[in-house]
Amino acid sequence: MAGADPTDPRFVAGDAVAVRALYPLGHVRTPYYIRGKRGVIERLCGVYGNPEELAYARPGLPKQPLYRVRFLQRDVWPGYRGRAHDTVDIEIYQHWLEPVR
Amino acid sequence: MPHDHDHPHSHDPAMPHRHPPLRPDQDDTVTYWRAMEIAVRGLLIDKGILSADEIRRAVEDMDSRTPSLGARVVAKAWTDPEYRKLLLTDGNAACEALGMDRGIYKLVVVENTDEVHNVIVCTLCSCYPRWLLGLPPDWYKSRNYRSRVINEPRDVLREFGTEIADATVVRVHDSTADMRYLVLPSRPAGTDGWSEERLAALVTRDSMIGVAFAKAP
Repeated sequence: MAGADPTDPRFVAGDAVAVRALYPLGHVRTPYYIRGKRGVIERLCGVYGNPEELAYARPGLPKQPLYRVRFLQRDVWPGYRGRAHDTVDIEIYQHWLEPVR
Repeated sequence: MPHDHDHPHSHDPAMPHRHPPLRPDQDDTVTYWRAMEIAVRGLLIDKGILSADEIRRAVEDMDSRTPSLGARVVAKAWTDPEYRKLLLTDGNAACEALGMDRGIYKLVVVENTDEVHNVIVCTLCSCYPRWLLGLPPDWYKSRNYRSRVINEPRDVLREFGTEIADATVVRVHDSTADMRYLVLPSRPAGTDGWSEERLAALVTRDSMIGVAFAKAP
């Protein structure tokens, strides 16, 4: 089972995911508005140092796979005034994502 | 009327009289972070790690970067299908192929079509492909743009004079981490057979952020 090594990508393009609804203190790159929302993996961008560690001059380990995740705007914003097919793509590190079945 | 102020002073023409200067003599403020930058810069120079000239050159280099670099990339992609493919799969390699900096961040290029209109924001700060477009415009860094384009993009685009058809998907890209984004705008109609150089003149900064279309010929 992947996941023994936290730098192993757990998701592939097309996977349904949810962003974890966590509210830790510190330097976090997961915007508030997307926490708890469901989207789909658009692509794996690569494996990068964890900014939540790097921001404090620590080595950023374990590194984290980084994905672009696509969300429907109407799933993100209640009362979204645009069109139903409009989307937002965001970069999210793996430790903020959980699978949706 | 030159003397509509009410403060008392001599109007003896032999005596030059004083007004507040049009621009204050002290036209600068030293904020907390600015003081820190001055202190760190001084230390780096004193310790021989960087020279004042190297710092000046880095600033000069940054200021010399303009959206004309991005415009060359876009114009090349409009005229060369192989290059367009490279740009969309590996933006950094595509910069390098034109003799430009690769950039230290991964460049993701998103293409505008009749089906999808892309627009870029960094809701957390002001991430921007500076090596390719230069410094971002002030509005790109404003809270107004950052907070609004993410949840009412069609309204914000309309304020920029950019009307997106209902049938087109509006796709906002929030540049939150290690990627940087460039929009490949649609090639304007009526430009068949144009040279890259002529096409590049139609590619504006705003069209590469996605808040506008490329200029019509």
